[in-house]
Amino acid sequence: MKRYETVYDVMVIGAGFAGMAATLFAAERGLSVAQAGATGGIDFSTGFLDLMAVHPVAEGRYWDSPWDAVDAVIRDVPGHPYARLGKECIRTALDDFTTFLASQKLEYLGHADRNTPVFSPAGTVKRTFRVPRTAWKGTEALRDKAPTIIVDFHGLKGFSGPQIVEMQKQQWPDLKTARLAFPGSIGELYPEHMAWTLSAPERCAELAKAVAEHARNVEYIGFPAVLGLNDPVRTVSLLEELTGRHVFEIPTLPPSITGPRLRATFDRGLAPRGVCTFSQKMVLNARRADDGLFSFQIGAAGDVRTVRARNAILASGRFFGKGLLAHRDGVIEPIFNIPVTQPSSRTQWHTERFFARQGNALNLSGIEVDDRQRPLGTNGAVLHDNLFAAGAILAHHDWMRMKCGAGIAIATAYHAVRSMIDSGSKG
Amino acid sequence: MKTISTTVLIIGGGATGTGLLRDLALRGVQCLLVEKRDINAGASGANHGLLHSGARYVASDSEAAMECREEGELLKRLAPQCIDDTGGLFVAVPGDNEQYIADFADMCARSAVPCHEISVAEARSLEPALADNLVAAYAVEDAAVDPFMLSLDNVAHAVSLGASYRCNTRVTGFRIDAQRITRVELVDDTTGEPLCVEAALVVNAAGAWAGNVARMAGATINLLFSSGSLLITQNRLTTRVINRLRKPADSDILVPGGTVSVLGTTSVTIQDPDACRPSVEEADRIINDARAMMPSLETTRYIRAYAGVRPLVLAGDAGDARNVSRGFSLIDHERDDIANFVTITGGKLTTFRLMAEKPADLVCRKLGVDSPCTTREVPLPPSNMGMWTEPGLTAKTWLGTRDPHDLILCECEMVSRSVIDAIVDTIGTAGPTRGQSMLTAIGLRSRVGKGPCQGGFCGLRVTSHLYDRNCVEGTQGVAELKSFIERRWRGFSPILWGLPAMQADLQEALYCGMMDMELQIPTAREDATEGMETTTHPAPGEGAACGDRQ
Ligand SMILES: Cc1cc2nc3c(=O)[nH]c(=O)nc-3n(C[C@H](O)[C@H](O)[C@H](O)COP(=O)(O)OP(=O)(O)OC[C@H]3O[C@@H](n4cnc5c(N)ncnc54)[C@H](O)[C@@H]3O)c2cc1C
Ligand SMILES: Cc1cc2nc3c(=O)[nH]c(=O)nc-3n(C[C@H](O)[C@H](O)[C@H](O)COP(=O)(O)OP(=O)(O)OC[C@H]3O[C@@H](n4cnc5c(N)ncnc54)[C@H](O)[C@@H]3O)c2cc1C
Repeated sequence: MKRYETVYDVMVIGAGFAGMAATLFAAERGLSVAQAGATGGIDFSTGFLDLMAVHPVAEGRYWDSPWDAVDAVIRDVPGHPYARLGKECIRTALDDFTTFLASQKLEYLGHADRNTPVFSPAGTVKRTFRVPRTAWKGTEALRDKAPTIIVDFHGLKGFSGPQIVEMQKQQWPDLKTARLAFPGSIGELYPEHMAWTLSAPERCAELAKAVAEHARNVEYIGFPAVLGLNDPVRTVSLLEELTGRHVFEIPTLPPSITGPRLRATFDRGLAPRGVCTFSQKMVLNARRADDGLFSFQIGAAGDVRTVRARNAILASGRFFGKGLLAHRDGVIEPIFNIPVTQPSSRTQWHTERFFARQGNALNLSGIEVDDRQRPLGTNGAVLHDNLFAAGAILAHHDWMRMKCGAGIAIATAYHAVRSMIDSGSKG
Repeated sequence: MKTISTTVLIIGGGATGTGLLRDLALRGVQCLLVEKRDINAGASGANHGLLHSGARYVASDSEAAMECREEGELLKRLAPQCIDDTGGLFVAVPGDNEQYIADFADMCARSAVPCHEISVAEARSLEPALADNLVAAYAVEDAAVDPFMLSLDNVAHAVSLGASYRCNTRVTGFRIDAQRITRVELVDDTTGEPLCVEAALVVNAAGAWAGNVARMAGATINLLFSSGSLLITQNRLTTRVINRLRKPADSDILVPGGTVSVLGTTSVTIQDPDACRPSVEEADRIINDARAMMPSLETTRYIRAYAGVRPLVLAGDAGDARNVSRGFSLIDHERDDIANFVTITGGKLTTFRLMAEKPADLVCRKLGVDSPCTTREVPLPPSNMGMWTEPGLTAKTWLGTRDPHDLILCECEMVSRSVIDAIVDTIGTAGPTRGQSMLTAIGLRSRVGKGPCQGGFCGLRVTSHLYDRNCVEGTQGVAELKSFIERRWRGFSPILWGLPAMQADLQEALYCGMMDMELQIPTAREDATEGMETTTHPAPGEGAACGDRQ
């Protein structure tokens, strides 16, 4: 019986950016991978891949070059996850990641050494490193302040063309908006359903027809990000053909389609690589035998499976991802009980003002790792030589203020996989 | 400068000021109420919402106990829409003062406060969440009151009788000639423009700020400021009001309010009424103390905290802290040689009607108006203005109409776009003017922002809708959103463990990680304080009240 039970090379705990990246990198290198995890930041994300845009956060200083910003951070914040990686590692990780996405029809664009300004759903502009192709034309329109119309839809709440126009009108007089009925629907609309609908060329044609009269004098048409599900580039190209205008997407508020597109892309791309995915399942606990073999209980009470693996990568995120738990008297890491670096008491966790630039002290909390991404115990020694960690759970970064969420997740996952392979852990 | 004439000017739009507006309107006296922020922006929007039966005061202040009992009975009859007549229990746990427990029933009887002992087993069968080691239990006639609906209904009724009000309008000074106030100077905080009011009589109903207002007229009132913090639970934990059976102390009371419960309160003396906000330390203290009577208070999910300031009037203005009275004070500033100036402050929400009747009598006497008080008999009509504060109502309305074109903008509390539209319409021009504090004003008049997301999602959606409706322009709507979130944060930050910590993490990911809002667009508050003459006055959408109730 025991003989047939699979022992995986690695168990990846987490299905956010870090977990997906770790799974991808490990599978691409021929390791057998099991992965578990539920909702993470990736499901809520805009699809933009941030590398680094703001440092020092207290000054709110924006950087045009993410690489110069990374240099500055490595210099000023020695504990920052990037400091252990170096730029080459970060660059390769992001390239590998986006190459994979492009192979699955989710192409990304961006400058080699420059951040690109992009729209947020609220009409503010942020800077990011890599942009889905379907949003790219929007960055050109924004740069040139070209004649552009933002289309929004009756029934899609939280996405307002007038808001974006009002937010931009001082700098961008040639920006206007129109509200349309969404082809074939009345009442409340959800991005996922809309994206599904627009995967059908007939619906795109209807939409293009409805837009035509509003788009006479513009060069660009911006839509909420609902233009197709599995092959949005095709939908965008079709709309460009039908309207004769440049077309782009602006991310919507969650629940959006930009996150699910990423997830779906991984689901499509990882399955052929032999990954065993426990989708929407959580690791309930972990045990490590004397010989180092991990066994994990995965699932929910009443439906628990045991999975064994020679290595583990912990990519379980922060509070939102459930990788860290905040109790009234402190923060813990629930699976391995790894010590969490954190402020001395809850009174120190948060600032008085939510929008204070310096951010909350709690954001810098997290687990400590050595230079091979292995978590450290209370005594500062490596906890287990076959346990690695990646992503937002690491201490000493504030991805929300530094704008380095996906970057940290992908690059540390890359480094964790590389370290794991270097330590010869394949079975 | 714009000048408005009125017979009576009321300063302060809390329960007292709005109650007075209605009382005088019912007597046919022309009056105008000015409020520096919004209705119930002070203590009236940051209290426990307990309609006291009087039982809490039977040991310390028999008179206050009797007032509460009488006023509570009147309100239950005349404003039933604002009251949830839950009944209440007083319970003691091991270690509570046995003498106090033994004397309780007699003390209640002396103040004619209805009260009867029930068995501990019965108390636990009525309220299963109570601790299993209670040593005594009494049933009393406490109830829960919705202070927002109360004040908004008062305003609406008064307006229907010809009275008027202005929010975002702050008194900044008085001109006094021959021992009379001849002009009241104000600033419209929406436009920044000064204006002036000429009134035969001025009533200062500015609550904890009554001392500041009196000082502008050269009069002195000695007040102590006591800040109190409270915690709101995600779910309603009990059917009834639960009180700790002991000499009144902190963390004694759990009041149900619609779908939630409110636990509190603390009492911390502060120097400045604008400097109150709930703290992490207070949140912990409240839970650590109150869990003795209800263990689940340790593990239940909290949605937010808030704090309000009680003005404690020093008796005889002598500055002797031992003589502080929690009853209210009516001051005729004849004593300071100002013939047409009256202050009413202190007191309780429960006794607000009486706190309006007394100054209204004095005002009428001074004006030579012979018109008796009718608020003991005339019911308070429910209004469109106040109706949306009721938890669950918006959901019922949504389910009832099911208009396919309507959308739910606030998913936690099921507030639909059509309800937001209705509220925007009732705010009109007398309310806080469009844009400046629109979102905050909507929050006050509905349950938007009060569910577990604490405004994180609904704030964004309502803001988009306000842009769609052309209620806000430029970057102002996002600036207002930022101050709305900032205000919710005051109450959110003390309780960030467990699920709320996840929610806060998500909120920060959205606003900062995804939209860079910490780096762009100043908050409305930063905008508004720019160029103001002093820093002590909170700007619209910010300031004094320390977090709204619920
Ligand atoms: C609203 C929002 C917007 C964002 N926008 C951007 C953006 O524009 N650009 C950008 O670069 N980044 C963005 N991010 C950040 C990014 O998506 C990631 O949150 C961040 O990079 C951290 O990734 P992570 O994989 O370490 O953690 P998470 O994304 O939090 O993922 C953690 C994963 O671990 C799983 N997990 C936790 N505990 C267990 C367990 N016991 N067993 C199994 N699995 C478990 C979770 O289910 C989840 O799948 C955004 C995030 C959010 C929330
Ligand atoms: C923590 C706490 C819990 C409480 N719990 C209860 C309870 O459970 N039951 C109960 O019966 N009572 C309770 N109270 C007491 C009750 O809340 C107050 O007595 C009541 O709300 C006072 O109303 P008010 O109108 O007098 O004052 P406020 O509501 O404070 O109104 C004063 C108004 O004046 C305005 N103002 C100030 N300065 C100016 C100016 N210069 N120009 C224009 N306007 C100005 C303010 O903005 C404010 O809105 C509690 C109080 C606190 C603080």
